[in-house]
Amino acid sequence: MEQVIELLSLSPPGWGGNLLRGLLHSLEIALGAFGFGLLIGLGGAIGKLYGGPVLRDILAVYTTVVRAVPELVLILILYYVGTDLINKAAGAMGYGRVEISGVAAGIWVLGIVQGAYATEILRGAIKAIPIGQIEAARAFGMPPLKMLRRVTIPAMMSFAIPGLANLWLIATKDTALLAVVGFNELTLETRQAAASTRAYFTFFLAAGALYLMVTLLSGRVFARIEKWARKGQPGHRRAGA
Amino acid sequence: MITLRSLLVPHRIAMMAVFAALVLWCAYALRWDWIPKYAPLAAEGIWRTIWILAVTSVLGFLLAIPLGLAQAIGPWYLAAPARTFCTIIRGTPLLLQIWLLYYGLGSLFPQYPWIRESELWPYLRQAWPYAVLALTLSYAGYEGEVMRGAFSGVARGQIEAAQAFGMPRFTMFRRIWLPQAIQNALPTLGGETILQLKATPLVATIAIVESYAVASRVRQDTFIVYEPLLLLAVVYMVIAGILAYGFRKLEQRVPVKGH
Repeated sequence: MEQVIELLSLSPPGWGGNLLRGLLHSLEIALGAFGFGLLIGLGGAIGKLYGGPVLRDILAVYTTVVRAVPELVLILILYYVGTDLINKAAGAMGYGRVEISGVAAGIWVLGIVQGAYATEILRGAIKAIPIGQIEAARAFGMPPLKMLRRVTIPAMMSFAIPGLANLWLIATKDTALLAVVGFNELTLETRQAAASTRAYFTFFLAAGALYLMVTLLSGRVFARIEKWARKGQPGHRRAGA
Repeated sequence: MITLRSLLVPHRIAMMAVFAALVLWCAYALRWDWIPKYAPLAAEGIWRTIWILAVTSVLGFLLAIPLGLAQAIGPWYLAAPARTFCTIIRGTPLLLQIWLLYYGLGSLFPQYPWIRESELWPYLRQAWPYAVLALTLSYAGYEGEVMRGAFSGVARGQIEAAQAFGMPRFTMFRRIWLPQAIQNALPTLGGETILQLKATPLVATIAIVESYAVASRVRQDTFIVYEPLLLLAVVYMVIAGILAYGFRKLEQRVPVKGH
Protein backbone atom coordinates (compact mmCIF):
# COMPACT_ATOMS: atom_id res chain seq x y z
CA MET A 1 0.00 0.00 0.00
CA GLU A 2 2.81 2.38 0.96
CA GLN A 3 4.50 1.55 -2.29
CA VAL A 4 1.34 2.41 -4.23
CA ILE A 5 1.09 5.82 -2.56
CA GLU A 6 4.73 6.44 -3.36
CA LEU A 7 4.23 5.52 -7.02
CA LEU A 8 1.21 7.79 -7.33
CA SER A 9 2.65 10.75 -5.42
CA LEU A 10 2.64 14.03 -7.28
CA SER A 11 6.33 14.91 -6.96
CA PRO A 12 8.93 13.32 -9.30
CA PRO A 13 9.75 9.92 -7.85
CA GLY A 14 6.00 9.30 -8.09
CA TRP A 15 4.09 9.49 -11.36
CA GLY A 16 0.89 11.13 -10.12
CA GLY A 17 1.86 14.49 -11.62
CA ASN A 18 2.31 12.92 -15.06
CA LEU A 19 -1.09 11.26 -14.82
CA LEU A 20 -2.79 14.51 -13.87
CA ARG A 21 -1.03 16.33 -16.69
CA GLY A 22 -2.24 13.62 -19.05
CA LEU A 23 -5.78 14.00 -17.71
CA LEU A 24 -5.59 17.76 -18.30
CA HIS A 25 -4.48 17.17 -21.91
CA SER A 26 -7.29 14.66 -22.40
CA LEU A 27 -9.89 17.08 -21.06
CA GLU A 28 -8.49 19.92 -23.15
CA ILE A 29 -8.81 17.85 -26.32
CA ALA A 30 -12.20 16.46 -25.36
CA LEU A 31 -13.58 19.95 -24.71
CA GLY A 32 -12.10 21.34 -27.91
CA ALA A 33 -13.29 18.40 -30.02
CA PHE A 34 -16.75 18.49 -28.45
CA GLY A 35 -17.05 22.21 -29.19
CA PHE A 36 -15.74 21.83 -32.74
CA GLY A 37 -18.05 18.86 -33.23
CA LEU A 38 -21.03 20.88 -32.01
CA LEU A 39 -20.28 23.63 -34.54
CA ILE A 40 -20.02 21.09 -37.36
CA GLY A 41 -23.12 19.37 -36.03
CA LEU A 42 -25.18 22.54 -35.96
CA GLY A 43 -24.14 23.42 -39.50
CA GLY A 44 -24.68 19.83 -40.62
CA ALA A 45 -28.10 19.55 -39.00
CA ILE A 46 -29.30 22.79 -40.56
CA GLY A 47 -27.84 21.70 -43.89
CA LYS A 48 -29.58 18.33 -43.67
CA LEU A 49 -32.93 19.88 -42.77
CA TYR A 50 -33.02 23.02 -44.91
CA GLY A 51 -30.21 22.57 -47.47
CA GLY A 52 -30.48 21.75 -51.16
CA PRO A 53 -30.46 18.16 -52.46
CA VAL A 54 -26.72 18.10 -53.23
CA LEU A 55 -25.74 19.44 -49.80
CA ARG A 56 -28.07 16.93 -48.13
CA ASP A 57 -26.51 14.02 -50.02
CA ILE A 58 -22.98 15.15 -49.24
CA LEU A 59 -23.85 15.41 -45.55
CA ALA A 60 -25.45 11.97 -45.66
CA VAL A 61 -22.21 10.55 -47.08
CA TYR A 62 -20.21 12.33 -44.36
CA THR A 63 -22.28 11.04 -41.46
CA THR A 64 -22.52 7.51 -42.90
CA VAL A 65 -18.81 7.16 -43.61
CA VAL A 66 -17.68 8.56 -40.28
CA ARG A 67 -20.07 6.33 -38.38
CA ALA A 68 -19.05 3.17 -40.27
CA VAL A 69 -15.25 3.49 -40.19
CA PRO A 70 -13.37 2.84 -36.92
CA GLU A 71 -12.27 6.00 -35.11
CA LEU A 72 -8.71 4.72 -35.03
CA VAL A 73 -8.57 4.51 -38.84
CA LEU A 74 -10.22 7.93 -39.23
CA ILE A 75 -7.79 9.43 -36.74
CA LEU A 76 -4.83 8.17 -38.73
CA ILE A 77 -6.25 9.31 -42.09
CA LEU A 78 -7.27 12.74 -40.81
CA TYR A 79 -4.00 13.12 -38.95
CA TYR A 80 -1.92 12.49 -42.08
CA VAL A 81 -4.24 14.55 -44.31
CA GLY A 82 -4.15 17.43 -41.81
CA THR A 83 -0.37 17.50 -41.47
CA ASP A 84 0.08 17.11 -45.24
CA LEU A 85 -2.30 19.96 -46.04
CA ILE A 86 -0.74 22.31 -43.51
CA ASN A 87 2.78 21.51 -44.70
CA LYS A 88 1.75 22.04 -48.33
CA ALA A 89 0.15 25.36 -47.42
CA ALA A 90 3.22 26.36 -45.42
CA GLY A 91 5.47 25.33 -48.31
CA ALA A 92 3.42 27.38 -50.78
CA MET A 93 3.75 30.42 -48.54
CA GLY A 94 7.49 29.90 -48.29
CA TYR A 95 7.77 28.51 -44.77
CA GLY A 96 9.54 25.29 -43.87
CA ARG A 97 7.93 22.22 -42.30
CA VAL A 98 5.53 23.07 -39.53
CA GLU A 99 5.35 21.13 -36.30
CA ILE A 100 1.69 20.63 -35.44
CA SER A 101 0.78 20.67 -31.77
CA GLY A 102 -0.75 17.47 -30.51
CA VAL A 103 -3.68 19.29 -28.94
CA ALA A 104 -4.61 21.02 -32.21
CA ALA A 105 -4.30 17.78 -34.18
CA GLY A 106 -6.38 15.92 -31.61
CA ILE A 107 -9.12 18.55 -31.66
CA TRP A 108 -9.22 18.60 -35.47
CA VAL A 109 -9.36 14.82 -35.77
CA LEU A 110 -11.83 14.05 -33.00
CA GLY A 111 -13.90 17.13 -33.85
CA ILE A 112 -14.63 15.82 -37.33
CA VAL A 113 -15.63 12.44 -35.89
CA GLN A 114 -17.82 14.09 -33.23
CA GLY A 115 -19.36 16.36 -35.86
CA ALA A 116 -20.98 13.41 -37.65
CA TYR A 117 -22.68 12.18 -34.48
CA ALA A 118 -23.61 15.72 -33.43
CA THR A 119 -25.22 16.31 -36.83
CA GLU A 120 -27.58 13.39 -36.30
CA ILE A 121 -28.37 14.31 -32.68
CA LEU A 122 -29.09 17.97 -33.46
CA ARG A 123 -31.09 17.10 -36.56
CA GLY A 124 -33.32 14.88 -34.45
CA ALA A 125 -33.62 17.56 -31.78
CA ILE A 126 -34.55 20.31 -34.25
CA LYS A 127 -37.15 18.03 -35.81
CA ALA A 128 -38.64 17.41 -32.36
CA ILE A 129 -39.42 21.12 -31.83
CA PRO A 130 -43.16 21.72 -32.21
CA ILE A 131 -43.38 23.25 -35.68
CA GLY A 132 -45.68 26.02 -34.47
CA GLN A 133 -42.83 27.65 -32.55
CA ILE A 134 -40.73 28.03 -35.67
CA GLU A 135 -43.70 29.13 -37.73
CA ALA A 136 -44.51 31.77 -35.13
CA ALA A 137 -40.97 33.15 -35.36
CA ARG A 138 -41.22 33.17 -39.15
CA ALA A 139 -44.63 34.87 -39.01
CA PHE A 140 -43.08 37.71 -37.02
CA GLY A 141 -40.47 38.08 -39.78
CA MET A 142 -37.54 37.11 -37.57
CA PRO A 143 -34.31 36.94 -39.57
CA PRO A 144 -32.94 33.35 -39.87
CA LEU A 145 -29.87 33.84 -37.65
CA LYS A 146 -31.86 35.51 -34.92
CA MET A 147 -34.46 32.76 -35.14
CA LEU A 148 -31.68 30.18 -34.75
CA ARG A 149 -30.30 31.97 -31.70
CA ARG A 150 -33.57 32.90 -30.00
CA VAL A 151 -35.94 30.09 -30.94
CA THR A 152 -34.41 26.99 -32.54
CA ILE A 153 -31.42 26.49 -30.25
CA PRO A 154 -33.19 27.12 -26.91
CA ALA A 155 -36.22 25.05 -27.96
CA MET A 156 -34.19 22.05 -29.14
CA MET A 157 -31.86 22.05 -26.09
CA SER A 158 -34.02 19.77 -23.96
CA PHE A 159 -34.26 17.22 -26.79
CA ALA A 160 -30.56 17.36 -27.60
CA ILE A 161 -29.05 17.22 -24.10
CA PRO A 162 -29.30 13.44 -23.48
CA GLY A 163 -27.65 12.67 -26.83
CA LEU A 164 -25.03 15.37 -26.34
CA ALA A 165 -24.23 14.05 -22.85
CA ASN A 166 -23.54 10.68 -24.42
CA LEU A 167 -21.43 12.32 -27.11
CA TRP A 168 -19.36 14.14 -24.51
CA LEU A 169 -18.62 10.82 -22.78
CA ILE A 170 -17.57 9.39 -26.15
CA ALA A 171 -15.31 12.42 -26.64
CA THR A 172 -13.54 11.88 -23.31
CA LYS A 173 -13.08 8.19 -24.01
CA ASP A 174 -11.98 8.69 -27.61
CA THR A 175 -9.10 10.91 -26.50
CA ALA A 176 -7.49 7.64 -25.37
CA LEU A 177 -7.20 6.65 -29.05
CA LEU A 178 -4.75 9.50 -29.59
CA ALA A 179 -2.30 7.44 -27.55
CA VAL A 180 -1.89 5.32 -30.68
CA VAL A 181 -0.58 8.29 -32.68
CA GLY A 182 1.79 9.07 -29.82
CA PHE A 183 0.04 11.97 -28.15
CA ASN A 184 0.67 12.35 -24.42
CA GLU A 185 -2.82 12.13 -23.06
CA LEU A 186 -3.85 10.19 -19.97
CA THR A 187 -3.73 6.68 -21.42
CA LEU A 188 -0.28 7.05 -22.96
CA GLU A 189 1.13 8.76 -19.84
CA THR A 190 -0.25 5.85 -17.84
CA ARG A 191 1.33 3.30 -20.10
CA GLN A 192 4.69 5.03 -19.88
CA ALA A 193 4.48 5.20 -16.10
CA ALA A 194 3.42 1.56 -15.92
CA ALA A 195 6.14 0.36 -18.27
CA SER A 196 8.95 2.13 -16.45
CA THR A 197 7.87 1.03 -12.96
CA ARG A 198 6.42 -2.39 -13.91
CA ALA A 199 3.43 -1.56 -11.68
CA TYR A 200 0.86 -2.12 -14.41
CA PHE A 201 -2.17 -2.71 -12.23
CA THR A 202 -1.56 0.29 -10.02
CA PHE A 203 -1.33 2.77 -12.85
CA PHE A 204 -4.02 1.39 -15.15
CA LEU A 205 -6.44 1.20 -12.23
CA ALA A 206 -5.54 4.74 -11.17
CA ALA A 207 -6.15 6.01 -14.72
CA GLY A 208 -9.41 4.07 -14.85
CA ALA A 209 -10.48 5.78 -11.63
CA LEU A 210 -9.66 9.19 -13.13
CA TYR A 211 -11.70 8.46 -16.28
CA LEU A 212 -14.56 7.14 -14.18
CA MET A 213 -14.50 10.28 -12.05
CA VAL A 214 -14.78 12.43 -15.16
CA THR A 215 -17.68 10.29 -16.42
CA LEU A 216 -19.62 10.37 -13.17
CA LEU A 217 -19.05 14.11 -12.65
CA SER A 218 -20.13 14.81 -16.23
CA GLY A 219 -23.29 12.80 -15.62
CA ARG A 220 -24.13 15.10 -12.69
CA VAL A 221 -23.39 18.24 -14.67
CA PHE A 222 -25.48 17.15 -17.65
CA ALA A 223 -28.38 16.20 -15.37
CA ARG A 224 -28.27 19.79 -14.06
CA ILE A 225 -28.13 21.21 -17.58
CA GLU A 226 -31.03 19.04 -18.67
CA LYS A 227 -33.14 20.22 -15.74
CA TRP A 228 -32.29 23.79 -16.65
CA ALA A 229 -33.08 23.24 -20.33
CA ARG A 230 -36.45 21.75 -19.44
CA LYS A 231 -37.56 24.59 -17.21
CA GLY A 232 -40.75 26.14 -18.44
CA GLN A 233 -41.78 22.92 -20.16
CA PRO A 234 -44.89 21.11 -19.00
CA GLY A 235 -43.90 18.28 -16.66
CA HIS A 236 -45.09 15.36 -18.73
CA ARG A 237 -41.57 14.15 -19.39
CA ARG A 238 -40.07 12.61 -16.33
CA ALA A 239 -36.36 13.28 -15.90
CA GLY A 240 -34.33 10.19 -16.74
CA ALA A 241 -37.25 8.44 -18.40
CA MET B 1 -34.79 2.57 -48.11
CA ILE B 2 -32.64 3.20 -51.16
CA THR B 3 -34.51 2.35 -54.32
CA LEU B 4 -33.28 2.51 -57.88
CA ARG B 5 -35.76 5.27 -58.65
CA SER B 6 -34.42 7.47 -55.84
CA LEU B 7 -30.89 7.07 -57.23
CA LEU B 8 -31.85 8.12 -60.74
CA VAL B 9 -32.39 11.79 -59.91
CA PRO B 10 -30.24 14.16 -62.00
CA HIS B 11 -28.13 15.51 -59.13
CA ARG B 12 -27.48 12.00 -57.83
CA ILE B 13 -26.38 10.80 -61.28
CA ALA B 14 -23.97 13.73 -61.42
CA MET B 15 -22.67 12.94 -57.94
CA MET B 16 -22.20 9.29 -58.83
CA ALA B 17 -20.25 10.34 -61.92
CA VAL B 18 -18.00 12.51 -59.73
CA PHE B 19 -17.57 9.61 -57.34
CA ALA B 20 -16.72 7.21 -60.17
CA ALA B 21 -14.16 9.70 -61.48
CA LEU B 22 -12.67 9.91 -58.00
CA VAL B 23 -12.41 6.12 -57.76
CA LEU B 24 -10.79 5.94 -61.21
CA TRP B 25 -8.36 8.66 -60.25
CA CYS B 26 -7.49 6.73 -57.06
CA ALA B 27 -6.98 3.56 -59.09
CA TYR B 28 -4.58 5.24 -61.56
CA ALA B 29 -2.82 7.94 -59.59
CA LEU B 30 -2.22 6.13 -56.32
CA ARG B 31 0.12 3.22 -55.73
CA TRP B 32 -1.48 -0.18 -55.48
CA ASP B 33 1.50 -2.36 -56.46
CA TRP B 34 1.89 -3.54 -52.86
CA ILE B 35 -1.43 -5.37 -52.94
CA PRO B 36 -0.33 -8.70 -54.50
CA LYS B 37 2.46 -9.06 -51.97
CA TYR B 38 0.28 -8.35 -48.97
CA ALA B 39 -2.98 -9.91 -50.18
CA PRO B 40 -2.63 -13.21 -48.25
CA LEU B 41 -1.78 -11.34 -45.05
CA ALA B 42 -4.68 -8.94 -45.62
CA ALA B 43 -7.13 -11.80 -46.15
CA GLU B 44 -5.93 -13.38 -42.93
CA GLY B 45 -6.31 -10.04 -41.14
CA ILE B 46 -9.85 -9.47 -42.37
CA TRP B 47 -10.79 -13.00 -41.40
CA ARG B 48 -9.36 -12.43 -37.92
CA THR B 49 -11.32 -9.17 -37.57
CA ILE B 50 -14.55 -10.96 -38.41
CA TRP B 51 -13.72 -13.87 -36.14
CA ILE B 52 -12.95 -11.60 -33.17
CA LEU B 53 -16.12 -9.61 -33.83
CA ALA B 54 -18.30 -12.72 -33.99
CA VAL B 55 -16.83 -14.45 -30.93
CA THR B 56 -16.82 -11.38 -28.67
CA SER B 57 -20.31 -10.26 -29.72
CA VAL B 58 -21.85 -13.68 -29.07
CA LEU B 59 -20.04 -14.21 -25.75
CA GLY B 60 -20.69 -10.62 -24.72
CA PHE B 61 -24.38 -10.96 -25.51
CA LEU B 62 -24.66 -14.16 -23.50
CA LEU B 63 -23.09 -12.31 -20.57
CA ALA B 64 -25.38 -9.31 -21.12
CA ILE B 65 -28.55 -11.37 -20.57
CA PRO B 66 -27.87 -12.10 -16.87
CA LEU B 67 -26.51 -8.55 -16.45
CA GLY B 68 -29.69 -7.07 -17.87
CA LEU B 69 -31.92 -9.46 -15.97
CA ALA B 70 -30.15 -8.73 -12.67
CA GLN B 71 -30.67 -5.01 -13.17
CA ALA B 72 -34.27 -5.34 -14.35
CA ILE B 73 -35.73 -7.69 -11.73
CA GLY B 74 -32.84 -8.91 -9.59
CA PRO B 75 -32.61 -8.37 -5.83
CA TRP B 76 -30.30 -5.51 -4.80
CA TYR B 77 -27.32 -7.79 -4.13
CA LEU B 78 -27.35 -8.86 -7.79
CA ALA B 79 -28.54 -5.57 -9.27
CA ALA B 80 -25.90 -3.41 -7.57
CA PRO B 81 -22.83 -5.36 -8.80
CA ALA B 82 -24.32 -5.61 -12.30
CA ARG B 83 -24.94 -1.88 -12.40
CA THR B 84 -21.44 -1.15 -11.08
CA PHE B 85 -19.91 -3.40 -13.73
CA CYS B 86 -21.81 -1.64 -16.52
CA THR B 87 -20.89 1.81 -15.16
CA ILE B 88 -17.20 0.96 -14.96
CA ILE B 89 -17.07 -0.57 -18.42
CA ARG B 90 -18.97 2.31 -19.97
CA GLY B 91 -17.06 4.94 -18.03
CA THR B 92 -13.51 4.04 -19.03
CA PRO B 93 -11.87 3.86 -22.48
CA LEU B 94 -11.70 0.41 -24.05
CA LEU B 95 -8.04 0.92 -24.92
CA LEU B 96 -7.30 1.31 -21.21
CA GLN B 97 -9.28 -1.85 -20.41
CA ILE B 98 -7.39 -3.83 -23.04
CA TRP B 99 -4.04 -2.65 -21.74
CA LEU B 100 -5.06 -3.24 -18.12
CA LEU B 101 -5.95 -6.86 -18.88
CA TYR B 102 -3.03 -7.57 -21.21
CA TYR B 103 -0.20 -5.84 -19.37
CA GLY B 104 -1.71 -6.09 -15.90
CA LEU B 105 -2.80 -9.74 -15.89
CA GLY B 106 0.08 -10.59 -18.19
CA SER B 107 2.57 -9.31 -15.61
CA LEU B 108 0.69 -10.86 -12.69
CA PHE B 109 0.30 -14.43 -13.95
CA PRO B 110 3.98 -15.41 -14.29
CA GLN B 111 4.46 -14.68 -10.58
CA TYR B 112 2.40 -17.72 -9.67
CA PRO B 113 4.13 -21.04 -10.34
CA TRP B 114 0.87 -23.02 -10.41
CA ILE B 115 -0.38 -20.90 -13.30
CA ARG B 116 2.86 -21.34 -15.19
CA GLU B 117 2.66 -25.10 -14.73
CA SER B 118 -1.00 -25.33 -15.71
CA GLU B 119 -2.24 -26.57 -19.07
CA LEU B 120 -3.59 -23.13 -19.90
CA TRP B 121 -0.23 -21.40 -19.68
CA PRO B 122 0.69 -21.72 -23.39
CA TYR B 123 -2.55 -19.87 -24.17
CA LEU B 124 -2.18 -17.30 -21.42
CA ARG B 125 1.15 -16.24 -22.88
CA GLN B 126 -0.49 -15.24 -26.14
CA ALA B 127 -2.29 -11.96 -26.70
CA TRP B 128 -5.61 -13.15 -28.07
CA PRO B 129 -7.22 -14.45 -24.84
CA TYR B 130 -6.81 -10.97 -23.35
CA ALA B 131 -8.16 -9.32 -26.48
CA VAL B 132 -11.20 -11.60 -26.54
CA LEU B 133 -11.78 -11.13 -22.81
CA ALA B 134 -11.53 -7.32 -23.00
CA LEU B 135 -13.81 -7.00 -26.01
CA THR B 136 -16.32 -9.48 -24.55
CA LEU B 137 -16.53 -7.62 -21.25
CA SER B 138 -16.88 -4.34 -23.07
CA TYR B 139 -19.73 -5.59 -25.27
CA ALA B 140 -21.40 -7.14 -22.21
CA GLY B 141 -21.15 -3.86 -20.32
CA TYR B 142 -22.84 -1.82 -23.03
CA GLU B 143 -25.37 -4.54 -23.87
CA GLY B 144 -26.23 -5.22 -20.23
CA GLU B 145 -27.63 -1.72 -20.10
CA VAL B 146 -29.56 -2.24 -23.35
CA MET B 147 -30.98 -5.57 -22.19
CA ARG B 148 -32.09 -4.03 -18.87
CA GLY B 149 -34.29 -1.67 -20.83
CA ALA B 150 -35.42 -4.44 -23.18
CA PHE B 151 -36.44 -6.77 -20.35
CA SER B 152 -38.36 -3.99 -18.61
CA GLY B 153 -40.00 -3.06 -21.89
CA VAL B 154 -41.78 -6.38 -22.47
CA ALA B 155 -45.50 -5.83 -21.96
CA ARG B 156 -46.73 -6.96 -18.54
CA GLY B 157 -49.75 -8.74 -20.08
CA GLN B 158 -47.51 -11.12 -22.02
CA ILE B 159 -45.93 -12.42 -18.83
CA GLU B 160 -49.25 -12.51 -17.00
CA ALA B 161 -50.75 -14.55 -19.86
CA ALA B 162 -47.88 -17.05 -19.61
CA GLN B 163 -48.38 -17.27 -15.86
CA ALA B 164 -52.12 -17.76 -16.34
CA PHE B 165 -51.36 -20.79 -18.50
CA GLY B 166 -49.26 -22.18 -15.68
CA MET B 167 -46.05 -22.04 -17.68
CA PRO B 168 -42.99 -22.95 -15.63
CA ARG B 169 -40.79 -19.93 -14.93
CA PHE B 170 -37.87 -21.02 -17.05
CA THR B 171 -40.05 -21.91 -20.04
CA MET B 172 -41.74 -18.55 -19.69
CA PHE B 173 -38.37 -16.85 -19.77
CA ARG B 174 -37.15 -18.87 -22.73
CA ARG B 175 -40.32 -18.78 -24.83
CA ILE B 176 -41.95 -15.44 -23.98
CA TRP B 177 -39.75 -12.99 -22.17
CA LEU B 178 -36.32 -13.42 -23.77
CA PRO B 179 -37.45 -13.51 -27.43
CA GLN B 180 -39.52 -10.37 -27.00
CA ALA B 181 -36.74 -8.59 -25.13
CA ILE B 182 -34.29 -9.45 -27.92
CA GLN B 183 -36.79 -8.26 -30.51
CA ASN B 184 -37.14 -4.97 -28.61
CA ALA B 185 -33.38 -4.59 -28.41
CA LEU B 186 -32.55 -5.57 -32.01
CA PRO B 187 -32.25 -2.05 -33.47
CA THR B 188 -29.89 -1.04 -30.66
CA LEU B 189 -28.03 -4.35 -30.86
CA GLY B 190 -27.33 -3.74 -34.54
CA GLY B 191 -25.85 -0.34 -33.80
CA GLU B 192 -23.83 -1.71 -30.90
CA THR B 193 -22.44 -4.52 -33.02
CA ILE B 194 -21.20 -1.99 -35.57
CA LEU B 195 -19.60 -0.08 -32.67
CA GLN B 196 -17.98 -3.36 -31.64
CA LEU B 197 -16.62 -3.79 -35.17
CA LYS B 198 -15.17 -0.30 -34.88
CA ALA B 199 -13.55 -1.29 -31.58
CA THR B 200 -11.72 -4.33 -32.96
CA PRO B 201 -8.71 -2.41 -34.39
CA LEU B 202 -7.76 -1.53 -30.80
CA VAL B 203 -6.49 -5.07 -30.27
CA ALA B 204 -3.80 -4.36 -32.85
CA THR B 205 -2.06 -2.42 -30.06
CA ILE B 206 -1.41 -5.68 -28.22
CA ALA B 207 0.18 -7.31 -31.25
CA ILE B 208 -2.79 -9.12 -32.76
CA VAL B 209 -2.57 -9.14 -36.54
CA GLU B 210 -6.06 -8.18 -37.70
CA SER B 211 -6.90 -5.95 -40.67
CA TYR B 212 -5.83 -2.69 -39.03
CA ALA B 213 -2.49 -4.19 -38.06
CA VAL B 214 -1.94 -5.35 -41.66
CA ALA B 215 -2.52 -1.81 -42.93
CA SER B 216 -0.06 -0.44 -40.37
CA ARG B 217 2.44 -3.07 -41.42
CA VAL B 218 2.16 -2.03 -45.08
CA ARG B 219 2.67 1.59 -44.04
CA GLN B 220 5.77 0.75 -42.06
CA ASP B 221 7.29 -1.52 -44.71
CA THR B 222 6.65 0.58 -47.80
CA PHE B 223 6.07 4.12 -46.48
CA ILE B 224 2.84 4.23 -48.47
CA VAL B 225 0.47 6.12 -46.17
CA TYR B 226 -2.93 6.76 -47.70
CA GLU B 227 -3.60 3.76 -49.93
CA PRO B 228 -3.68 1.03 -47.25
CA LEU B 229 -5.71 3.25 -44.92
CA LEU B 230 -8.26 4.08 -47.63
CA LEU B 231 -8.62 0.42 -48.55
CA LEU B 232 -8.97 -0.41 -44.86
CA ALA B 233 -11.74 2.18 -44.47
CA VAL B 234 -13.55 0.59 -47.43
CA VAL B 235 -13.18 -2.87 -45.87
CA TYR B 236 -14.72 -1.68 -42.60
CA MET B 237 -17.53 0.08 -44.46
CA VAL B 238 -18.36 -3.10 -46.36
CA ILE B 239 -18.43 -5.17 -43.16
CA ALA B 240 -20.54 -2.51 -41.42
CA GLY B 241 -22.91 -2.45 -44.40
CA ILE B 242 -23.34 -6.23 -44.31
CA LEU B 243 -23.99 -6.11 -40.55
CA ALA B 244 -26.56 -3.32 -40.93
CA TYR B 245 -28.30 -5.26 -43.72
CA GLY B 246 -28.31 -8.48 -41.69
CA PHE B 247 -29.79 -6.82 -38.61
CA ARG B 248 -32.46 -5.12 -40.70
CA LYS B 249 -33.48 -8.50 -42.13
CA LEU B 250 -33.61 -9.92 -38.60
CA GLU B 251 -35.81 -7.06 -37.45
CA GLN B 252 -38.18 -7.53 -40.36
CA ARG B 253 -38.81 -11.17 -39.48
CA VAL B 254 -41.32 -10.07 -36.88
CA PRO B 255 -43.94 -7.76 -38.34
CA VAL B 256 -44.61 -4.65 -36.26
CA LYS B 257 -48.11 -3.31 -35.90
CA GLY B 258 -48.76 -0.15 -37.85
CA HIS B 259 -45.59 -0.14 -39.95
